[in-house]
Amino acid sequence: MMRVTFTVNGREQSADDVWEGESLLYVLRERLGLPGSKNACEQGECGSCTVYLDGVPVCACLVAAGQAEGRAVRTVEGLADGGALDPVQEAFAECGAVQCGFCTPGLVVQTHDLLARVPRPSDAEIREALAGNLCRCTGYEKILDAVRLAAARKAEGAGYE
Amino acid sequence: MDFLRPTTWQEALAAKADRPDAVPLQGGTDVMVELNFDVRRPAALLDLTRVPELRAWEMTGGYCRIGAGVSYATVIEELSGPLPGLAQAARTVGSPQIRNRGSVGGNLGAASPAGDSHPPLLAAGAVVEVESRERGVRMIPAAEFYLGVKRSALEPDELIRAVHVPPATGPQYFSKVGTRNAMVIAVCSFAIALHPRERRVGTGIGSAAPTPRRAREAEELLARELDWSAPLDPALAHRFGELCARAAAPIDDVRGSAAYRAHALGVLARRTLTWAWNDYRRAA
Ligand SMILES: Cc1cc2nc3c(=O)[nH]c(=O)nc-3n(C[C@H](O)[C@H](O)[C@H](O)COP(=O)(O)OP(=O)(O)OC[C@H]3O[C@@H](n4cnc5c(N)ncnc54)[C@H](O)[C@@H]3O)c2cc1C
Ligand code: FES
Ligand code: FES
Repeated sequence: MMRVTFTVNGREQSADDVWEGESLLYVLRERLGLPGSKNACEQGECGSCTVYLDGVPVCACLVAAGQAEGRAVRTVEGLADGGALDPVQEAFAECGAVQCGFCTPGLVVQTHDLLARVPRPSDAEIREALAGNLCRCTGYEKILDAVRLAAARKAEGAGYE
Repeated sequence: MDFLRPTTWQEALAAKADRPDAVPLQGGTDVMVELNFDVRRPAALLDLTRVPELRAWEMTGGYCRIGAGVSYATVIEELSGPLPGLAQAARTVGSPQIRNRGSVGGNLGAASPAGDSHPPLLAAGAVVEVESRERGVRMIPAAEFYLGVKRSALEPDELIRAVHVPPATGPQYFSKVGTRNAMVIAVCSFAIALHPRERRVGTGIGSAAPTPRRAREAEELLARELDWSAPLDPALAHRFGELCARAAAPIDDVRGSAAYRAHALGVLARRTLTWAWNDYRRAA
C-alpha cells in the first residue's frame, strides 16, 4: 500500500493505503470523493472516465494511481468556474444531450479538449474526437448538436470564459 | 505488490535487472486492463513514465529512433512525414484517449499478433533496440522480434529502449479490416512500403498468424517481376495478393473466420500495392 499525492482540479490532494495496482479512477471516485468521472467498463472502451492528466485527456481507468503522483488531474468537477457552468456543460444540458447521464462527464471533458484545440470542428472532426465515448441512450445526434452549440458560443465568446 | 518508479534509463535497467518479475508499465492501456480484471497480479509494476528519454524521438544514423514511450498521438502529429505507414496505423488505434496514452513500445512489449504497429514496422524494416544492465544493447530486427502469440525476443531482464525505423523513401500504406473506424482490434491488417532505391517492396501482415509476419514469397515475387518504370500489371498485383494471403496462417475466432481473413488479406495486399504504385508513378 502506498500514499499518492497529486493536484486535482487545482488543489493538492493525497490518498492513503492505495493498492499499487489501483487505477486513478478508483482513487478519484472512492478515495477523494469525486464521483463525476464514471466507471462503466474499466477497459478503456467507453470513455466515461475521461479526465485530463497534465492537460491530456486519458481514460482514468487505465492510469495506475502511482503514475499520477505529482501530476495534475482535472476532472469534470473542475470544469465549471465557481457557480458558472462551462459552455460545454451548458450546451449539453440545453440540447438534451443528457439522458441517463452516465456517459456525460467523459463526453464533456473530451469535448472541452476538442474545442480547446479545434475551435470550429467539422462534423467529421467531432465524430473522430468522440469515437472513444459510448452513449447508450441518446443516439448521439443531440450530443453532436451540443458540441456544435458549444463551439458556436465559444467562438462568439459572448461572456464565456 | 511493489510500485517501482525509476526516473532515469539507468535506474530503469537496474530495477529490471534486480526484479525481472516486475511488469513494465508505460501507457497502461494493456497492463491496466489486465489488472482491473484480475487477469494478472504481478509482484511489481515498473512505471516507465518518469523516464524522459523514452518519450522522445530523434533522427540518428539514417533512422528515426522512436523512444519506447512515444505515444500514438505523437507519432501522428510529428512523424507522419518520415513514417507514413506507422502514422496511418497509429491513426487506427483505439480512440483519442487511447492514442494519447498508448505507445509503440507498449505495442511491442505486448507483442499481440493484432498490434497495429507491427505490420508497418515489418514493412519498413524496423529494428528494435532492447537493453539490459548485464548484457547491454541488442538490436533485433522486427522480423525476428515476434516469436509467438504475445511472445517476443525480449528477455526478462531487458527493456525496450526504442525502435529504429528507416524514413520512407517511397509510398507506404496501412490498411485494417474491422467493424468500425474506431476502437477496433484488427480482424486482419496489412502494411506495404515501397523501397524504390532498392527496387524492393516490404510487407507486414497483422492479425492473421500467431505473430505479425512478412509475406516473404510475395516480396520476392515483386523483387523479381515488378517493372519499376511501367504501370502496375493487374495480373502481377493479383498474384501478389494471393501470395500475401498464403503467407498468413489465420484462425477462426469471434472477430472473423480463417477463410475470411485470408480472403480479406489478399484484397488488402492488392489494394495497398495499387495505391502505393499509383502514388509512386505520379511522383516519378
Ligand atoms: C480500448 C482499447 C483499444 C485498443 N485499440 C487498439 C488498437 O486499435 N490497436 C492496437 O494495436 N492496440 C490497441 N489497444 C492495445 C494497446 O493500446 C496497445 O497495445 C498499446 O500500444 C499499448 O501501449 P501502452 O504504452 O499503453 O502499454 P502498456 O499497457 O503500458 O504495456 C504493454 C505491454 O508492454 C510492456 N512494456 C511497456 N513498455 C515496455 C518497455 N519499455 N520495455 C519492455 N516492455 C514494455 C508491458 O509490460 C506490457 O506487457 C487498445 C487498448 C484499449 C484499452
Ligand atoms: S471506465 Fe474507463 S473507459 Fe470505460
Ligand atoms: S445519456 Fe445514457 S449513456 Fe449517454
